[in-house]
Amino acid sequence: MQFMLLFSRQGKLRLQKWYVPLSDKEKKKITRELVQTVLARKPKMCSFLEWRDLKIVYKRYASLYFCCAIEDQDNELITLEIIHRYVELLDKYFGSVCELDIIFNFEKAYFILDEFLLGGEAQETSKKNVLKAIEQADLEKDSYNQRFVAENVRLSIL
Amino acid sequence: MPAPIRLRELIRTIRTARTQAEEREMIQKECAAIRSSFREEDNTYRCRNVAKLLYMHMLGYPAHFGQLECLKLIASQKFTDKRIGYLGAMLLLDERQDVHLLMTNCIKNDLNHSTQYVQGLALCTLGCMGSSEMCRDLAGEVEKLLKTSNSYLRKKAALCAVHVIRKVPELMEMFLPATKNLLSEKNHGVLHTSVVLLTEMCERSPDMLAHFRKLVPQLVRILKNLIMSGYSPEHDVSGISDPFLQVRILRLLRILGKGDDDSSEAMNDILAQVATNTETSKNVGNAILYETVLTIMDIKSESGLRVLAINILGRFLLNNDKNIRYVALTSLLKTVQTDHNAVQRHRSTIVDCLKDLDVSIKRRAMELSFALVNGNNIRGMMKELLYFLDSCDPEFKADCASGVFLAAEKYAPSKRWHIDTIMRVLTTAGSYVRDDSVPNLIQLITNSVEMHAYTVQRLYKALLDDISQQPLVQVASWCIGEYGDLLVSGQCEEEEPIQVTEDEVLDVLEGLLVSNLSTPVTRGYALTAIMKLSTRFTSVNRIKKVVSIYGSSIDVELQQRAVEYNALFKKYDHMRPALLERMPIMEKTASNGPTEIVQTNGEAEPSVVEAKHPPPVTQPTNQANDLLDLLGGNDVVPVIQTTVPTKPASAGGELLDLLGDLSLSGIPPMTAYNKNGLKIDFTFERANPNPNIAVITIHASNSTEADMTDFVFQAAVPKTFQLQLLSPSSNVVPTLNQGTVTQVIRVLNPQKQQLRMRIKLTYTHKGSAVQDLAEVNNFPPQSWQ
Repeated sequence: MQFMLLFSRQGKLRLQKWYVPLSDKEKKKITRELVQTVLARKPKMCSFLEWRDLKIVYKRYASLYFCCAIEDQDNELITLEIIHRYVELLDKYFGSVCELDIIFNFEKAYFILDEFLLGGEAQETSKKNVLKAIEQADLEKDSYNQRFVAENVRLSIL
Repeated sequence: MPAPIRLRELIRTIRTARTQAEEREMIQKECAAIRSSFREEDNTYRCRNVAKLLYMHMLGYPAHFGQLECLKLIASQKFTDKRIGYLGAMLLLDERQDVHLLMTNCIKNDLNHSTQYVQGLALCTLGCMGSSEMCRDLAGEVEKLLKTSNSYLRKKAALCAVHVIRKVPELMEMFLPATKNLLSEKNHGVLHTSVVLLTEMCERSPDMLAHFRKLVPQLVRILKNLIMSGYSPEHDVSGISDPFLQVRILRLLRILGKGDDDSSEAMNDILAQVATNTETSKNVGNAILYETVLTIMDIKSESGLRVLAINILGRFLLNNDKNIRYVALTSLLKTVQTDHNAVQRHRSTIVDCLKDLDVSIKRRAMELSFALVNGNNIRGMMKELLYFLDSCDPEFKADCASGVFLAAEKYAPSKRWHIDTIMRVLTTAGSYVRDDSVPNLIQLITNSVEMHAYTVQRLYKALLDDISQQPLVQVASWCIGEYGDLLVSGQCEEEEPIQVTEDEVLDVLEGLLVSNLSTPVTRGYALTAIMKLSTRFTSVNRIKKVVSIYGSSIDVELQQRAVEYNALFKKYDHMRPALLERMPIMEKTASNGPTEIVQTNGEAEPSVVEAKHPPPVTQPTNQANDLLDLLGGNDVVPVIQTTVPTKPASAGGELLDLLGDLSLSGIPPMTAYNKNGLKIDFTFERANPNPNIAVITIHASNSTEADMTDFVFQAAVPKTFQLQLLSPSSNVVPTLNQGTVTQVIRVLNPQKQQLRMRIKLTYTHKGSAVQDLAEVNNFPPQSWQ
């Protein structure tokens, strides 16, 4: 996978993950063009389109478009499954996820994505394992904080 | 300084902005606050500030001033800091700037951190955006982690290694030892990422590919376990066990089995098993089948397996799911070259896809349909494709029209069908055909000699309906200019001839000249056509008038033409018939695409200035009578008229004379006629590039003491040949061999039959007219073989 974009029906970007090195300007241009192209598609059309020299796989979930750019030798149908798996992970984590969750917790959406895909490929095929890793990592943060707070308290006693 | 506002607070605030300007104001205010906070080197809130910055960056605002802050966060000891820091690095830093290199040391430390989640962050960042320099520095650490027993880290290290190899291919070797027992892992994550790593290595290096072929049995076994094992809740997707891993293994098998008999054989069974046992009701199953089909087609599979694969694709074509149909068409397009017959069986389904609503599917179906056209199905297929052309979107019309032309050229069952098809394309998609189709078409029409009357009639009728489609108009006006005489004479064998008067034809052509729909090029065609009709029609005065009007046209091209034609009427009227004679057969270069026309003036523009172009004449000699009856006294049509020489006799004659003595192609010259002092020699050359055309130059010399004036040479050939006579160098054969009259004959001999010719000579000698007939049978074999 070369990149993944999440955007709303109004064309507002909600998440962008790039697995190829491009300048900010190029990324903006690609995003703008691709968003326009995908939003122009009619609902009954198929989920694949050719764009520049890439294959674009996209799927709409409620108000969000999930859009991936894959290479020639990648399997389009399994990419649809990857998109679906990501949505399931978000759903499990946030509990019935909606666009607002992703807007207000975008950094978490990224963390989940980074536990599922690395360098554009799936690193973990078990839903359970991805979610477990995220939960543990979240706790990691908390334990740090707890320790910090506890140490503070101890010090103040002294 | 009050604590910077929380991330969620900021997001909420920004979303309340009602206009772009309001939003920009809020963002600017917050950025200023963040900047001062950064300046104060505030550790506590750095994380929060960078997170806010990342949000604003996603909205499209500049955030580069946060880059260094991300680096500081990465260096922090707090996990939350590191998490945001690495995220910021992936979003804001880019390998083109040197700043990113500052990360390298932090990443190195974090790769060796005690907490696996920190190590994970480092691996993820490196694997996502690591530059070549970073990869070079850190490859060793990644390699170490590839050998760890911690599967959480091992799987990430494998994908990180893939990235390193992509960036720095020379480092591939160092990962080889670590791959040794990757496939004996039980953990699916590690298995999946290992297969990806192996795939990457095999794709990049043939040596690696050869080395890893021995893994085929192991891969087959893993795949088999996945299929045969019962329900595994952890990896199940709609009843299929770990489809992601299955697909990756199938892809690796494809690479390993390609071109290798043993490997292909080893995977034969499992491929058949997957192909037959996979559930096809959901997308997942079809994803696996798709990958399986791709693998079967690429390796050296046995024919039964290949047929199975094509049949799977055939079933895909009937699936309700558009995506599946699309994927099927794409795959069939890839295989149509190698398994043509198998794909042909699904032709009708493919043709049905032309009527699909989806643009991508239509395009694929169109490409595939063209690939499937052959001599047997051309009529049926063309009907469908022409119907498609009628109704498809403009973006397809150009490609479809070109495809139709190509297919028609290759497989046309008859000339009439060919012309009808082309007419149909021009009338339905006329404005979308490519520019080169006009000359190609003209060339095709000239060569279908027996169809001239039919063609011009149909084109004329089409013009009456619609003059907006330029390619059609151009071809039509050219044809009317050439064959207008056939049109008004009302002779047409193929269909009911229409009654058309000369004035009606001229009305139409003049209409083109004045119409707003006509482009300048089209007007040029129309004017020239009108001019040509001056030798074919009787209403010359009308034509003269039209031509003189355009002598003052604003369009420079039209003006020039009109002025030259005017001159033709006034000063060079004796040359006019010669110049405006019928066009010769144009040679086609043998190729299977849009062909190049050897004759450069596809548009037939003899300009008065350029006198060197001889106005040749062709009339087919394919009358019912055989050669031997032809010249029996009544000079029927087949006899070829030579024309008044247009070039200055001396220059051309001498040139041809020089060449006449050389035997240009190794074919020996011959004497065709030698009687009463008149000797006619033939010299030969092969016309390049068409070997079926023999170019004969006649040299007539006179050994008597008196000139032979008004010398005319005529020739006729059997009906399987076609003859073209260029103009002679002069019509006086000077006395006592002081010079020769030369003339070029071109004979088209597609059936390579023995060349025979009957010649007729007329001249005036010593005051009396002489006429003689002779047969030439002594052509050297090389001239016609």
